[in-house]
Amino acid sequence: MSLSTFLQQCLTGISLGGAYALIAIGYTLVYGILRLINFAHGDIFMMAGYFMIFAMSSFPWFIAIPLVFLATILLGVTIERIAYRPLRTAPRMSVMISAIGVSYLLQNLATYLFTALPKGYPEIPLLKKIFQIGGLSASLVTFLTPVLTLIIVYVLIVLINKTKIGMAMRAVSRDYDTASLMGIKINRVITFTFAVGSGLAAVGSILYFTDRMTVFPFSGSLPGLKCFVAAVFGGIGSIPGAVIGGFILGLGETALVAMGFSTFSDAFTFILLIVILLIKPTGLFGEKTTEKV
Amino acid sequence: MKKNKIYTLLALLAAIGLLAFLQVNRSEYSYQISILERSAIYAVVAVSMNLLTGFTGLFSLGQAGFMAIGAYVVAILTIPVENRASVYYVDGISPAIANLSCPFWLALILAGVVAAGIAALIGIPVLRLKSDYLAIATLGFSEIIRAVISAPQLNQITNGSYGLKNIPGFPNLFVAFGLCALCILVMVLLINSSYGRAFKALREDEIAAQAMGLNLFRYKQLAFVISSFFTGVGGGLLAMFMRSIDSKTFSITLTYDILLIVVLGGIGSVTGSVLGAFLVTAGREWLRFFDSPLTIGGFQVPLFRSGFRMVVFSILLMVVVLFYSRGIMGSNEFSWDGLGRLIKGIPARFRKGNAQKGDHTS
Repeated sequence: MSLSTFLQQCLTGISLGGAYALIAIGYTLVYGILRLINFAHGDIFMMAGYFMIFAMSSFPWFIAIPLVFLATILLGVTIERIAYRPLRTAPRMSVMISAIGVSYLLQNLATYLFTALPKGYPEIPLLKKIFQIGGLSASLVTFLTPVLTLIIVYVLIVLINKTKIGMAMRAVSRDYDTASLMGIKINRVITFTFAVGSGLAAVGSILYFTDRMTVFPFSGSLPGLKCFVAAVFGGIGSIPGAVIGGFILGLGETALVAMGFSTFSDAFTFILLIVILLIKPTGLFGEKTTEKV
Repeated sequence: MKKNKIYTLLALLAAIGLLAFLQVNRSEYSYQISILERSAIYAVVAVSMNLLTGFTGLFSLGQAGFMAIGAYVVAILTIPVENRASVYYVDGISPAIANLSCPFWLALILAGVVAAGIAALIGIPVLRLKSDYLAIATLGFSEIIRAVISAPQLNQITNGSYGLKNIPGFPNLFVAFGLCALCILVMVLLINSSYGRAFKALREDEIAAQAMGLNLFRYKQLAFVISSFFTGVGGGLLAMFMRSIDSKTFSITLTYDILLIVVLGGIGSVTGSVLGAFLVTAGREWLRFFDSPLTIGGFQVPLFRSGFRMVVFSILLMVVVLFYSRGIMGSNEFSWDGLGRLIKGIPARFRKGNAQKGDHTS
């Protein structure tokens, strides 16, 4: 393999990894606070893809993108309200089953509303513009994804460490009851967390689908699971961890496809998961927890 | 007590009578028979999942993977040798399995054994994990199994993504339902044995169970292996029912379907899972009218079109999850006394409802 092909593949991998990282942050945030694998997150990401198709059909891209952003946030917050909030005190398994139920519902709803056939994803001419750097050529979105990811991560870390709502989020994730005794409105914090997670899923979906070009009702389920794995790999609850996990996953997958093992690229994710859970069950940056009787 | 035994016997006779009737008129009722058979097979898998989730407290989402193993083992062993060339038309068949064949009952047992063996291997690392990590790791393994099955490198054994067809079906209805009933019966016996009590102890409190001297890992491993055995057998039965399989049949959706049956029936109730399997499978067919356009008095009801059925179905499911989280049976088992109480209770409930209404108006 020549150097330029290698670099080209790396670029693809980093770009895919950036989109994964953005979705993985959504998982990590929600898991950090609710201790819930939000199985519906991948489907929120898929719905964001459909929102974009409809928004772009009637608006120019600079109006469509904020619209998609808002619609996705609204969807995420609504799901939390309806499907997760009533189960706040229920056993963890019920909430997880509810999440699976929501994912099932969103997939069926998408099949019903938009048919099971893949729909073409609208092209944003600016993002698709081809750039040449030396022997490498890639569209703007490929370069933009990792940069955007890093900027967003920086903003998020500042948000969580420096602002009042960030402090509240940290408090809730540490101890539910104490946080509410301290006057933190738990539900508001959780809603905010879902809003941030869904917003990132919207950004991730724009970056991801611009490269993939089609959306179909099940296009969210596998990326969703992969991004959860990325979050676990980095240590669930840790934002830098989720980002690193996302990039590793993106690069590894692209490498496998480049080597001709494309059928195993999905399995790779889960092998990675099992390896990390065996070696370091809390992930790369996870906190150690001990079980009390 | 004696009366209940007579009731059970009568119900059994009625079931056998129904089967005999369907067997005689099978061409006429083929649609109904296929629904019932699918329900029975799903019931086996649902009960085996319940054994793990409801009775041992291990939330595993690997069902589809083990079903795939079982289905492929049965398919590879039972496809008639003379048909194999046409099934493996792409890359030819590997000489190791070309003449390997056995009767279906042996193939089903082997399907279970292979699934159980792989479960034993997977269990060593995976069962150290807790709740949601376990769920996602088993889900991952099920995807890995599927990826391996559909890999082009294994074309000569699994026929890759082309799938296997010409699998012989059930000789008659009694065999199909008898096998399902046998599997469920064995699992019920297991749940009521001392092993079953150990599983329940694990579910209630792992640390307490350990303190009572239970070998945590050994019992978890045992539950996982047994459940996978029956899931494998269930997969084999599904292969015989469907007559042709491919790796897409065993995607995550299949696991979710089984999970929904377990949840609907009640986590921790065997009869609930069986009931759930029949209700969910039949419910999908009953709701089929949602898929065709509906016209009432010249007015076309707008929502009814292809796909609406599944939306309604998933909404029903969410309602169950959110408002009736105990499912149909909760963690209770069906009993004639319970049914009697329910029937006797209906008039009382009506009276109560009327009385409340009366209060309201006065």
